[in-house]
Amino acid sequence: MSELLNFHFVVDGTNFTAAGNASGQLKKNLRQLNLAPETIRRASIAMYEGEINMVIHAGGGEADVNITEKEIEIILTDNGPGISDISKAMQEGYSTAPENIRSLGFGAGMGLPNMKRYSDQMTIESELGKGTKITMKINI
Amino acid sequence: MKVTEIAEILNAQIVCETESDSLEVDSAFASDMMSDVLAYVNDRSVLLTGLLNVQAIRTAEMMDMPCVVLVRGKTPTGEMIELAKERGIVLITTELRMYEACGRLFAKGLPARRDSK
Repeated sequence: MSELLNFHFVVDGTNFTAAGNASGQLKKNLRQLNLAPETIRRASIAMYEGEINMVIHAGGGEADVNITEKEIEIILTDNGPGISDISKAMQEGYSTAPENIRSLGFGAGMGLPNMKRYSDQMTIESELGKGTKITMKINI
Repeated sequence: MKVTEIAEILNAQIVCETESDSLEVDSAFASDMMSDVLAYVNDRSVLLTGLLNVQAIRTAEMMDMPCVVLVRGKTPTGEMIELAKERGIVLITTELRMYEACGRLFAKGLPARRDSK
């Protein structure tokens, strides 16, 4: 299947205030494609949670979004510490985020579960000390 | 419920308006934890929060929430106002605490979910 559109975003890991910039830009881009509002919403939320996660845990990273006629694929790649126990990380309420993140409105252990909730398919590849790659697919 | 009505009920000040003052919401969600907002809201809700950073506005943007109410008399940061303006989100601030703000809106018929009216 041919890829219709690709977007690449660099997520700055040093600035929590800027977290969400890429998701905001993606949402704008998706709106221009005239996709269904619920599809745009799901993709934006999944991307936003992923972006926040990369800022909190990995010192930033990169996001690649590939859009075909059938789906939106979001690939998040970071060079962070990796996830030691993925099944634990997928549990709602489980968080390894530092306490100060909670005062910023995140770190409730909902990030990865939300990403799974809003995507039709999600895979996590992670290696300790090397980084994490998360691929999410949202059907159009 | 219209956003202008919400501001009136909460005795609130509108910090940042959009062009259409007839904006309506179906329900309300109150939380300082943005991850919970992202997990539970599934309709056109107003967000009531005491979280004073730009992520409160970002969250509303991602969730298609047209209005954010800052409770406990918080003054929004410049970044919050700027992003709200840019994304057409109405930002209002009330002196009321979270509990009373929610109570007043609920009493006036604004439900927790659209289908629970």
